[in-house]
Amino acid sequence: MALVDVEAPAGVSFLLNGKPVHLDASPAARLSLALRERGEAKDVKVGCDAGDCGACTVLVDGLPVCSCTTALGQVDGAHVETQAGLVANDPQARALADAFQRHQAAQCGICTPGMMVSAVALLRENSAPQEAEVLDALGGVLCRCTGYRKIIDAVMDVNGKAEPVPVEARAGEITSGVGAAIARIDGWPKVSGSERFGDDVAPAGSLVVKVIRSPHHHAAFELGDLGAYRRVSGLDLVMSAADVPGQNRFGVIPGFEDQPMFAEGETRFKGEAVAAVVGQADVVAALDLSAFPVTWTPLPHALVPNEAAKVANLHETRANNVMCRGFVRHGDPEAAMPAASVVVEGTFSTGFIEHGYIEPEAAYAERRGERLEVHCCTQAPYMNRAGLAGLLGLSERAIRVVPTAVGGGFGSKLDLTAQPYAALAAWLTGRPVRITYSRGESIASSTKRHPSEISMKIGATADGTILAVEFDGTFNTGAYASWGPTVANRVPIHASGPYRTPNYVARSAGIHTNTAPAGAFRGFGVPQSALAQEPLYDEIARALGIDRLEFRRRNALQNGDPTVTGQVFTQGMGIIDCFDALEPHWKRVVAEAEAFNASADGQVRRGVGVAGGWYGCGNTSMSNPSTIRAGITKEGKVVLHQGATDIGQGSNTVITQIFATALGLPVEAITLVGPDTDVTPDAGKTSASRQTFITGNAARLCGEALRARILRLGNVSDGAVLKIIGATIIAHDAAGERVIDIASLEPDNGSYVLETIESYDPPTSPLDENGQGEPYAVFGTTAQMAEVEVDMALGTVKLLRIIAAHDVGKAINPLLVEGQVHGGVAQGIGLALMEEFLPGRTENLHDYLIPTIGDVPPIDVLILETGDAHGPYGAKGLGEHCLIPTAPAIINAITDASGAKVRHMPATPDKVLQAIRECSAAH
Amino acid sequence: MQFHRPETLESALVLMADRPVRILAGGTDFFPALGGKTLCEPVIDLSRVDGLSGIMKQDDLWRFGATTTWAHIAKADLPAMFDGLRQAAREVGSIQIQNAGTVAGNLCNASPAADGVPPLLSLDAQVEISGGAGVRVLPLSKFITGVRKTELRPGELVTAILVPDRPKTCSAFLKLGARRYLVISIAMVAVALELDAAGTISGLGIAVGACSAVATRLPGAEARLIGVTPDPVTLKARLGEEDLEGLAPIDDVRARASYRRNAARELICRAIVKAARGGA
Repeated sequence: MALVDVEAPAGVSFLLNGKPVHLDASPAARLSLALRERGEAKDVKVGCDAGDCGACTVLVDGLPVCSCTTALGQVDGAHVETQAGLVANDPQARALADAFQRHQAAQCGICTPGMMVSAVALLRENSAPQEAEVLDALGGVLCRCTGYRKIIDAVMDVNGKAEPVPVEARAGEITSGVGAAIARIDGWPKVSGSERFGDDVAPAGSLVVKVIRSPHHHAAFELGDLGAYRRVSGLDLVMSAADVPGQNRFGVIPGFEDQPMFAEGETRFKGEAVAAVVGQADVVAALDLSAFPVTWTPLPHALVPNEAAKVANLHETRANNVMCRGFVRHGDPEAAMPAASVVVEGTFSTGFIEHGYIEPEAAYAERRGERLEVHCCTQAPYMNRAGLAGLLGLSERAIRVVPTAVGGGFGSKLDLTAQPYAALAAWLTGRPVRITYSRGESIASSTKRHPSEISMKIGATADGTILAVEFDGTFNTGAYASWGPTVANRVPIHASGPYRTPNYVARSAGIHTNTAPAGAFRGFGVPQSALAQEPLYDEIARALGIDRLEFRRRNALQNGDPTVTGQVFTQGMGIIDCFDALEPHWKRVVAEAEAFNASADGQVRRGVGVAGGWYGCGNTSMSNPSTIRAGITKEGKVVLHQGATDIGQGSNTVITQIFATALGLPVEAITLVGPDTDVTPDAGKTSASRQTFITGNAARLCGEALRARILRLGNVSDGAVLKIIGATIIAHDAAGERVIDIASLEPDNGSYVLETIESYDPPTSPLDENGQGEPYAVFGTTAQMAEVEVDMALGTVKLLRIIAAHDVGKAINPLLVEGQVHGGVAQGIGLALMEEFLPGRTENLHDYLIPTIGDVPPIDVLILETGDAHGPYGAKGLGEHCLIPTAPAIINAITDASGAKVRHMPATPDKVLQAIRECSAAH
Repeated sequence: MQFHRPETLESALVLMADRPVRILAGGTDFFPALGGKTLCEPVIDLSRVDGLSGIMKQDDLWRFGATTTWAHIAKADLPAMFDGLRQAAREVGSIQIQNAGTVAGNLCNASPAADGVPPLLSLDAQVEISGGAGVRVLPLSKFITGVRKTELRPGELVTAILVPDRPKTCSAFLKLGARRYLVISIAMVAVALELDAAGTISGLGIAVGACSAVATRLPGAEARLIGVTPDPVTLKARLGEEDLEGLAPIDDVRARASYRRNAARELICRAIVKAARGGA
């Protein structure tokens, strides 16, 4: 028999975006890898290498497939289309890109290629799809930022023309500044396929690092002959703790730098690094890591706090594995509680939550003489620089950190992850080095949301006034501190919720276990405490026969009331406005649910839940300034050095809008320079809902200062209207028009003729031994409603709608506000219904479930603008707030529908059904 | 690295003879199973083999070619007996997975939660296996023997799934998971149903997935419900715990065994009602 089909020749030929290509790679290679590394198609993103996330979706002969589960050889002779090619060549894809921009359907942008390619396939068959068709077509692409609703809107509006409309555009005002719902100014690269993320920037031929990790929760280990392994394997370098030139310790909180880059003799969690191999990409890919010379001796381990006291201390100085504690006392709760007419209490728990950004950690580093340049996806370039300096034994000035686009962060990309390995390898070899985590090692080794075990007791008077609260929360902080101290501190301050609580005690503890470190995740422990407090509020309201919304409204903090830390806001406490905004919706939806339940057969019951939330913007009682630099070049270009890393939330757009408004020029006149520790000052970390508030204030001050200089130069009044035409500034006021010739001015420095640098640090005060003080200058507040249906025989929960009221003080960009709320709500849905990381068991995106496009119902966002004395133009932070009330609102709605009280997240069908049966048995 | 794209079954079988090879079709299980490892064995891609894909009817037998994709099945013009199979096809992962994943790949991967297995089991499907020694046919119920285990021998390929034509049969499939798309089942049920003139159940196949190491038929439950009117109340009253004894669910991250057993019972009743109502 003739084998006409003998072994395929090396390399594969096909059409890529309409052009013939021949990729010289193994035909058995993943198509995704070949397209990215050999075909220059960096718009194809890799999120999981398992068909679980859809980021790598391409069209093969018109059909969307995951290129990570397609062999290069299988597209021999086929036509492969990617996002960039589609947008460049296909008018419908181009229209879709415009629609994505109009609706801000891209946030971080890492899922956007997969979403758009999938949508193009649908639109080619059906140019006006219904929502259900969009869901089916896009169901295979995961997004962690947007909550999907804007993506659905964009696909269904692909033929629309409407531009985003400034909400309060008034004659004579700048329509791109504060208050304008402009498209993201950094959006086009994301929707056209030219955005470059952490894994997209290394030069061809860079060496590759792969980290060797512990397969045990806790183990002693010995490394063998690393040099021999290096030689036999053809590697350039094998690194371990012995190669770390500086201190082999890093961390994010002063005094808690406890995590080694490479473990020394003992690993404390499964996935901890012990060594790393460095070599050519093909050499590293072909390595037999089972032959790596390391011997393991498993040791007893603890995975949950109540086992932690039984194992040896993970860190010598932390007795009983207690990392730290937090405490707030206000009034006299022990004395007040017995006077309460109604006392409710309960125990509640949540599990580890994985951030689940679709972009795994990645970095590329290059040594330049005695300096090191590190490009990485990060939320905190300056903190990364300090951490790297400590590990490498270099001065901070010797390191330049250049953030790439960040494909989602949510707190976990504050900490160092992949960067040190690329940095050290580049330093030692003198060659460019890259690293990208696999999905498995990303989930296994990056930080998580703290699991919580909470007991809480609340007493109220007969008229429904909260009298006393006692709260005790234990948080599993994992093997290393990371942001654990922040969680321990924040929770006692926030666990009352945004309610008047005259007598209050809250204790928290962060406990070390042999798990991945728990760190920062959107809300820093506050979503967990809300899952105790808000369900208990429902119990009190029910016991007293008071409407659940009305009960919250009665107890809502108002201006003039002390918080549990004794802080009195004379302005800016907007929670009651949130409840008021919900009230008409609440009355309607509650009535609809009652009518549905009266008419239906009982197999499905409908319920409604509500919850409030608050969150202090910025660091707790600590200085956390932001600095903004701006200048005008001799050519008349206005340049804004904007260092607030945009991880999808929109700081590039928001900060520019604020700066433009303060300066008095349209956004289009501003050229943005992003975070880069060599040229852009420190705008702090993107966390704690601080960028709009704190960096926004710095941008406002910087814009105002630059404007003041221009006005002085022109000798014009404060209200002058500015224009820049070429190298001249034209200032116009009642007295007439002045022309300033920029080139004729004495330049401030080599870069700018006029340069201003301004900082802002929010006013706070330290907390005393009872946690009393002024931890934050600003609290943002929110109240959300969830409408659900519960299947009484299966325990499944279907979300019908979320209505979210948010007091943002002032919406700098209302479309970005909606996007943040949608994304936070989606993460709240995951927390409530499906997410739980189990070390060693859910280290992929099919066992660790995040919501898909079919799991996020319509979300109505009610934006309230009550202003704030501290915020720029009255704006407050928002990022974390939107997640806090979602899960408790859903849990309360489940109880309302079915009676089921689910106290231990996530509320899987199994747990909901069990709780339904416990409720039936109790009645 | 050897990578072969044979165009005939004969050449595929010759390439496989007497040496370890890796069979690639849709790739949707092939690559995830590979993880970060590099392949050593030769890869044989079946996606170009002539005649291995497509659905046709020969006499009283429906033939689903091994590399027929789930998207193809979902869109195919098939009689009501395959409604359940087509519903399952639309629940396989996502559009991306359905466009690439193949029906035989789903069986050969032998996951306890394979979406394609229960509907085919409920229809008494058979598996056509070709090898150097010729062709053999096994009932699907005998083909998958355990988690990731099948009766396939070295040098053999599944070439088709064969389903006896049953013009009077209607069918349905229900999948229960913790999210809408890209979800591994907590439990799933397929039923194939025949009703007599009076509207009572005269023939019934029930198959349950994700509740045992291998998806399984429930002959006890099937026998119990013959002669019953397919309405929810009657079905629930009739179907007892003991009728589900063929199931051996486990506790895992998705649900406890007790929940799975309960859910399977509920889903069986609902799937029967759905099938009897013509899929509504």
